[in-house]
Amino acid sequence: MATSSRLDAKIPQGPLETKWNKYRSSVPLVNPANKRNLEIIVVGTGLAGASAAATLAELGYSVKAFCFQDSPRRAHSIAAQGGINAAKNYQNDGDSIYRLFYDTIKGGDYRAREGNVHRLAEVSGNIIDQCVAAGVPFAREYGGLLSNRSFGGTQVQRTFYAAGQTGQQLLLGAYSGLQRQVGMGTVKMYNRHEMLDVVNIDGKCRGIIARNLISGELERHSAHAVLLCTGGYGNVFYLSTNAMGSNVTAAWKAHKRGAFFGNPCFTQIHPTCIPVSGEHQSKLTLMSESLRNDGRIWVPKGKNDTRPGSEIPESERDYYLERRYPAFGNLVPRDIASRAAKERCDAGYGVGASKLAVFLDFAAAIERYGKAEANKNNIHNASDSDIIAWGKAVVKEKYGNLFDMYKQITGEDPYEVPMRIYPAVHYTMGGLWVDYNLMTTVPGLYALGEANFSDHGANRLGASALMQGLADGYFVIPYTIGSYLANEIRTGKISTDHEAFVTTEKEVKDRIDKLMSIQGNTSPEVFHRRLGKIMWDKCGMARNEQGLKEAIVEIRELRKEFWSDVKVMGTANYFNPELDKANRVADFIELGELMCLDALTRNESCGGHFREEYQTEEGEALRDDENYMYVSAWENKGTEEWELHREDLVYENIKIAQRSYK
Amino acid sequence: MEGNMSLSLKVWRQSNKDTAGGFENYKLDHVSPDMSFLEMFDVLNEQLIEEGKEPVAFDHDCREGICGACSMYINGRPHGPLRGVTTCQLHMRSFNDGDTIVVEPWRAKAFPVIKDLVVDRDSFDRVISAGGFISVNTGNAQDANSLPIPKEAADEAFSAAACIACGACVAACKNASAMLFVSAKISQLALLPQGQAERSIRAEKMVAQMDAEGFGNCTNTGACSAECPKEIGQINIARMNREYLGAKFSSSAV
Repeated sequence: MATSSRLDAKIPQGPLETKWNKYRSSVPLVNPANKRNLEIIVVGTGLAGASAAATLAELGYSVKAFCFQDSPRRAHSIAAQGGINAAKNYQNDGDSIYRLFYDTIKGGDYRAREGNVHRLAEVSGNIIDQCVAAGVPFAREYGGLLSNRSFGGTQVQRTFYAAGQTGQQLLLGAYSGLQRQVGMGTVKMYNRHEMLDVVNIDGKCRGIIARNLISGELERHSAHAVLLCTGGYGNVFYLSTNAMGSNVTAAWKAHKRGAFFGNPCFTQIHPTCIPVSGEHQSKLTLMSESLRNDGRIWVPKGKNDTRPGSEIPESERDYYLERRYPAFGNLVPRDIASRAAKERCDAGYGVGASKLAVFLDFAAAIERYGKAEANKNNIHNASDSDIIAWGKAVVKEKYGNLFDMYKQITGEDPYEVPMRIYPAVHYTMGGLWVDYNLMTTVPGLYALGEANFSDHGANRLGASALMQGLADGYFVIPYTIGSYLANEIRTGKISTDHEAFVTTEKEVKDRIDKLMSIQGNTSPEVFHRRLGKIMWDKCGMARNEQGLKEAIVEIRELRKEFWSDVKVMGTANYFNPELDKANRVADFIELGELMCLDALTRNESCGGHFREEYQTEEGEALRDDENYMYVSAWENKGTEEWELHREDLVYENIKIAQRSYK
Repeated sequence: MEGNMSLSLKVWRQSNKDTAGGFENYKLDHVSPDMSFLEMFDVLNEQLIEEGKEPVAFDHDCREGICGACSMYINGRPHGPLRGVTTCQLHMRSFNDGDTIVVEPWRAKAFPVIKDLVVDRDSFDRVISAGGFISVNTGNAQDANSLPIPKEAADEAFSAAACIACGACVAACKNASAMLFVSAKISQLALLPQGQAERSIRAEKMVAQMDAEGFGNCTNTGACSAECPKEIGQINIARMNREYLGAKFSSSAV
């Protein structure tokens, strides 16, 4: 099977270790006087968008940034908890750029590009330097140096963190850099604006149509390049750890205008989330993977055990991750931990009222930390209650905000009783197909961060999303965009009166008018919930051929029903969250079909994509490298029609093996 | 529907910033104590849509207490009755069956109402643009561990940096002062060695922008800190005042 002629990943030649260095030293440059005349649109202001917008403005480009939130600081990167990886080897525990590269490829179940991932590992250290310089208050040791912790799928400590609020601190660092440029007038910020289409002229992306979410007006914005930094599409499942506003619309519009969609079925189900409590649930809340550093995951050894966790004796507990995966224990990668939890619950060992939960227990960690504190303070006859109290204080310092959040949501105190957790949709490895320059299949249209497909293969390791977002924005796009823009210096200002802008704006307006005019009986929220149920049941943690085929039929029916029965209240001429939601749900429905189609076509199990037909006797994912070691890149050919293009994955540096964490 | 609480809601409705608003009364049944306050509003909105009425507009996004979007003034308190909790993390178990709950937007001159419970907080972004940063371009940084920072300083900077810019401090203050928000950023950067170079000019510029936005002054009531969902300490305001005064004495700018 050869790579499709439509896909050129543009990976530089030469040895892996020198590809990036050599490439960035030879990529065409744009001189400062010309940069001022080149306009760049950045859509989304999370880690990728904010860092890209700020850095490109620093370089001298003329930048416009857009976000749908009321402030760029509210992008959902803010909610990332656990940390950010970097191959600094500050702990002297054997880490290196190669090891981070290797862990990421292996963690992604050998479905990511070597070249991209190695570059990611190479710039990871620069990210930490940059963030510290920008005033990000990372956790530190008493000696004043940076602290690290472990994350899943690795055996070194390379994760930098700021309590359980690392995403917040990193985003505020990038945001402050962005606001600095806004203050200087080099970035024009458009908040409460949603991109509703891209505008292509003569085969190149030349701008966007955005809706001012306050006034309802449609606006035309032209640029020499457009960067989509719009995050992932986990909300297609309705319930996920994404923010309520997180959506696929920008990426989906790009897809319908010619950008191929890569690996849409690769979704990450995060193992440690607070379980669903009822029908009213609007979103799910993550409990950081960092908790698996210290928490032990278990279920009762007997089925249907209804005793509270704290009353079940040690001998009647099954620490199933430690049992099945002794080498990595509770720190196996997310896809494996999630499937193992599902397996136990499906087999009847689940806990809590819904029986769809397992315990995450800190009792052992509290005791261990308490004893360490006693030793540190030279106390050799401490009482048990003192040890527990000191241990709780240490745990509070490490995870306090997470424990508070858990207590607030569930009404239970995790310092006293084990947490109950269950897997939930968290991240999407799939996204717009991009080449090494982060450009989509539409010239001039780029995708950064979670919005692209490129670095995490079929499963992302913990603390790597923040790393990729900032790598793309701070250290990749500022170089790679030159290879395109160097040829655009003669283009001149692009007029928004061009016919392409007029037509595209009209198409956007027609769709909004259509949504407003249906006035059926069902709210966008109800459609979203129904789509989510189809996706979770049939394209969720486990998938099979029959279910996926059914799902496609159901989603097509849902789409028809949506366009004849949706009810959007309010008007299109002013602030209207119902209309915003209807627009987003319409796109999620179309995406849902493509995800099922992709999952159906990939007849293997890998990473987060688990096809029940393809598993080992022990229930592990069974890859088919012979036939499926490729990126699926889907081209949209019209309503409910797609063509599959394949990019073969070539591994020259890593020996492909069955992924084992035993 | 799985709950059994019944509530009376008095909710502020306002079409836009130029028209007068007023309270509307709604009855809501079958509320579950496990719902969050915003999920209760989701249920209300679905009920309104069924009745053919326009749903209540409110800001919200992450629903896990960190983005700072949600902003309801509940029974006279920003983010409701609990300490250290945002509206999205407030659950209905904090209320009783039969309660009447009054919900208003943030009220401050610098936060004009956009619609219903949604206000415009762009003024906060402009204050940050005035100086809430360290002027370091990408690529200039030295190795992260070449600059040891005492743990206490890093921890203190972190607790100031935990601010989510929701605006509860402004809403809580009888003067609509933004000093807690502004001082949190000034403190974070003043406590870190990286922030020293621009320490004076930062305090001057951010305070000047804060005043220009129409926020009120501080009269040391402490409501801001008491109502802050991230429990940002009032000590930051004292630090900001020291920074500002020191900067003014030696000022060469602004």
